[in-house]
Amino acid sequence: MYKKDFEYFRNTQNVYLDNAATTQKPIQVLNIMTDYYTKYCANTHRSNHSSANKATTLYEQSRTYLKEFIHAQYDHEIIFTKGVTEGINFIASSYVFNRFDTVIISSLEHHSNIVPWHMQGRTLHKGLEVVNCDQNLDFDLLHFEELLKKTSNAFVSITHISNAFGKIHPLSEIIKLSHKYNAKVLVDGAQSMAHLPIDMQQLDVDFYVLSSHKTFGPTGTGAIYIKEEHLKECKPYQTGGATINDVSYEKSTLLDSPYMFEAGTQNIAGVLGFYEALKYIKSIGYEKLHNKEQAIYVYLYKELSNTEGIEFYSDIKNSIGSLSFNIKDLNHEDIGILLDKQRVLVRCGHHCAQPIMKHLGIEGTVRVSIAFYTDKYDVNKFVLALKKVIAILKK
Amino acid sequence: MMIENHIHKQLLEIKDDLELFDNDLDKYEYIIDLGKNLEPFDTDDQKEENLVQGCTSKVWLICEPKENKLYFKANSNAQIVKGLVYIIISLFSNLSAKEILKTNSDILEELNLSEIITPNRQSGVRGMLKRIKEYAHAFREVSK
Repeated sequence: MYKKDFEYFRNTQNVYLDNAATTQKPIQVLNIMTDYYTKYCANTHRSNHSSANKATTLYEQSRTYLKEFIHAQYDHEIIFTKGVTEGINFIASSYVFNRFDTVIISSLEHHSNIVPWHMQGRTLHKGLEVVNCDQNLDFDLLHFEELLKKTSNAFVSITHISNAFGKIHPLSEIIKLSHKYNAKVLVDGAQSMAHLPIDMQQLDVDFYVLSSHKTFGPTGTGAIYIKEEHLKECKPYQTGGATINDVSYEKSTLLDSPYMFEAGTQNIAGVLGFYEALKYIKSIGYEKLHNKEQAIYVYLYKELSNTEGIEFYSDIKNSIGSLSFNIKDLNHEDIGILLDKQRVLVRCGHHCAQPIMKHLGIEGTVRVSIAFYTDKYDVNKFVLALKKVIAILKK
Repeated sequence: MMIENHIHKQLLEIKDDLELFDNDLDKYEYIIDLGKNLEPFDTDDQKEENLVQGCTSKVWLICEPKENKLYFKANSNAQIVKGLVYIIISLFSNLSAKEILKTNSDILEELNLSEIITPNRQSGVRGMLKRIKEYAHAFREVSK
């Protein structure tokens, strides 16, 4: 019933089950971006003419809306970025580097929350610790606490929802424990807002990184929430136009947050699109969205469970959005190609999470990832196509 | 030129075969079936140094020179890739190193492989061609 809001579904017969990679964009998102480029295209925070003023006003309204959407306290706690990867790299370089002895991550991290730490020269047990997960891929809180006890100066950088497996981490407990041991916490929320409401006050998190394109908004846009008390300790990791208060040949003085962190011309159309995507989510309401999606998620799991030779890596308790599997003796890449030829689009591979794949002794999985617009028709078509794929590959 | 023509002719034959199929799924079934013609590949040869770089799936490639000709053997952990691997090594096996090195790699465009192989996987095909030419180059150097 929601597919009608998305041009993609009008233009294609594809069964789109790759929402963890990117979501489709509702018409409102496309319209505001077209309007910006065709009716008031101008740079923000610089010129004072009518188009620039309109663009700047909408850009700042987007910031305020996002602040309210995630229950941050102040506009200046919201900094627009080009995405989650940039958000993590920003904090890694501007706040964590040379400040923390140890960075603690989970076993289920995306490469974007592993590689930045390696780039700082941290390796396993030398500045980087990884929290175990159990056989169901659930986060091991006891091991986490052990790691926190071992270091007096830790930075915890953790995904909210695993992109590869859909596992939800127990964020409240993780953050409370971290703060008990004086550790600061960054949450990679790339997979969150398409599925769940988030509340910065309730979580009491220090940094929370967001993606627009995984939240029905445009690509190339994201944001980071930085709790106000940390702003003064974060240095901009790039500077330039629109970040400065005054520049002479002798020195530069910077503006306050958020402007000091948003160097150069921003992705204005992207930010406005993100704004519309959030408004679209609000118009549906998370409760409705979540209930619809979870019903399909359970249906998908049940239907897939009947497939001969299926191997899951966790159950769907504490999971959302994504489901990963393999079929015994078959290669996931073969499955993906043959599903694609039947217009069923999934992702196959390591999902930028090679360490957990290695831990599980596999090279990759077939990942089916849904959104609230996924319906039973999609699941049925996928299951039917999968059966055909298995028949071909086992011939 | 003769060799280019020989490979070109073989490519056209494969292309004709692929064009017989109206739908992509049948085309892929045919490619999978081609892969079943690969000669058995010794599991001892499935080692790191024989892995072709750039492939999404694993591809192992070895070269067995016999007299003045080079023969290639390969394997993959994916069935569709096995079929593609079969096509490529069929084109280049039974040629001399000199003949292989003369071949223009772009000749594979003739097959319209971009329709069959996704952009992510094209680097694997390029990796295979590169490795085949490296073998040919090494063999030519040894034979000098």
